[in-house]
Amino acid sequence: MTGPHRIAVVGASAAGLTTAKALRSRGYEGTLTLIGDEQHLPYDRPPLSKQILAGTWEPDRTALCGAGELGALGADLLLGRSAVGLDVAGRQVLLDGGDRIGFDGLVIATGVTPRRLPGAGLAGIHVLRTLDDALSLRLHLLGRPTVAVVGAGFLGAEVAAVARGMGLDVTLIDPLPVPMYRQFGARIGELIGQLHTDHGVTVRCGAGVRRFLDTEGRVSGVELTDGSVLVAELVVVAVGARPAIDWLADSGLPHRDGVECDAFCQVIPGIYAAGDVASWHNNHFGTRMRLEHRMNATEQALAVAGNMLGAAREFAPVPYFWTDQYDARIQAYGIFPADADIAVLHGRPADRTFVVGYGHQGKVAGVLGWNSPRELRTLRQLVVDRTPWPPKASLREAAVAELPDQGMPTTTARH
Amino acid sequence: MPVIVDQDKCIGSGQCVLAAAGVFDQRDEDGTVLLLDDSPPAESLDDVRRAAVLCPALAITVEES
Ligand SMILES: Cc1cc2nc3c(=O)[nH]c(=O)nc-3n(C[C@H](O)[C@H](O)[C@H](O)COP(=O)(O)OP(=O)(O)OC[C@H]3O[C@@H](n4cnc5c(N)ncnc54)[C@H](O)[C@@H]3O)c2cc1C
Ligand code: SF4
Repeated sequence: MTGPHRIAVVGASAAGLTTAKALRSRGYEGTLTLIGDEQHLPYDRPPLSKQILAGTWEPDRTALCGAGELGALGADLLLGRSAVGLDVAGRQVLLDGGDRIGFDGLVIATGVTPRRLPGAGLAGIHVLRTLDDALSLRLHLLGRPTVAVVGAGFLGAEVAAVARGMGLDVTLIDPLPVPMYRQFGARIGELIGQLHTDHGVTVRCGAGVRRFLDTEGRVSGVELTDGSVLVAELVVVAVGARPAIDWLADSGLPHRDGVECDAFCQVIPGIYAAGDVASWHNNHFGTRMRLEHRMNATEQALAVAGNMLGAAREFAPVPYFWTDQYDARIQAYGIFPADADIAVLHGRPADRTFVVGYGHQGKVAGVLGWNSPRELRTLRQLVVDRTPWPPKASLREAAVAELPDQGMPTTTARH
Repeated sequence: MPVIVDQDKCIGSGQCVLAAAGVFDQRDEDGTVLLLDDSPPAESLDDVRRAAVLCPALAITVEES
């Protein structure tokens, strides 16, 4: 069998490093080049908006692997170097400075970069993606500014929770009606909004940012689309991210929302993608998806390494995601379509310990647990099995009534 | 081949239990990992290694000798 013998991996973080390690552990002995544009040794991102921002961990606890392990990988590690282009026909990655790295196997694992808002170049406006972003944000929060967080997805919500935990005055802003609306819908979003309100955050959902107020080049406030004005000495913009694919613009590779792969995570023969940057067809759900979830970076990297070495296995996982906000640990398996039904499968929302199921197209599409890790792990099986909806043994109408209903178009499943 | 878990890093995802149920469990209250067997038998080592790779919090170390 002739497999690849010169593999290049672009992006030296969760997905890239895991692919490299998995290639070696599956017996790949050829040349391995790992290219990443950050200066740091590979580190993990989820702690950045939690323990690193809160100051409970030293930065080196986020290391994705020790120096010894990196050395044992037998890879050419090019850190602080950017890929600026890809010559598909000539099978070369173009680096800044003009170097070219030849390959017969390529892994695209460049992740995503934060979206910015117009006018966000002012001093005092932050984004959070890298370790340096997190350390800089923490340093500025220690100056005890009045904080506005723009964007109430999981990242903005976590930042708001940490800043509030530091005793700061925090406003969480989003044009959608409730936090994490896009991820989990109106009712869970409403509960997350209540969680923040209970902890003293001012939640301003339903109005977006019109502009930032500028006082001599530094942000001093935010004007919302409803005309109201908030004082803010520090703003965190967490309005989502876009795939880091500028370097592929002229490559001819298919990309729209991310690099487009088939069900095997292959873009074209010899070229694969993994992690936040990759969009692929997940046959477990019969739909194309692109996930910005930590577990997916690992699982997809393992799948890519296997397929590069000839495994020919479809990547069809049940996605897993978690977020920590105050004392709430929210975990989710599966997918959460906007028009899904919702039903309580365990516990009581009023007790803030429960699992809800999401039903879509007659099947269980996802399960979400709120401080219920063990039960959620068991109920995950409903998503693995694509159990018909509603899963009747566990449906509990009384409990679902405890979920806040915003008058949003959310229906309750019935027998 | 000793296995070490860092309960302070663990985020209670349960991936380790899904991969190697005889070796790992989760605490009732918060789902934090419990190590049932710190020197698991040879036949479960592949599962344990898989748990260590999958753990989204990097909380599991397998000391390869
Ligand atoms: C603050 C924060 C908190 C998070 N918390 C959670 C959480 O609680 N739960 C959860 O499930 N997920 C969470 N995530 C998401 C999770 O971290 C990501 O899904 C994961 O990091 C994806 O890994 P990746 O390797 O695909 O991409 P990335 O980690 O983005 O790595 C891509 C790497 O490629 C580099 N790169 C980009 N372009 C180039 C180029 N042209 N040349 C060379 N290198 C390049 C980048 O600098 C980066 O180092 C969080 C993310 C952040 C930022
Ligand atoms: S897989 Fe890791 S994070 Fe999940 S429960 Fe086990 S040790 Fe904890």
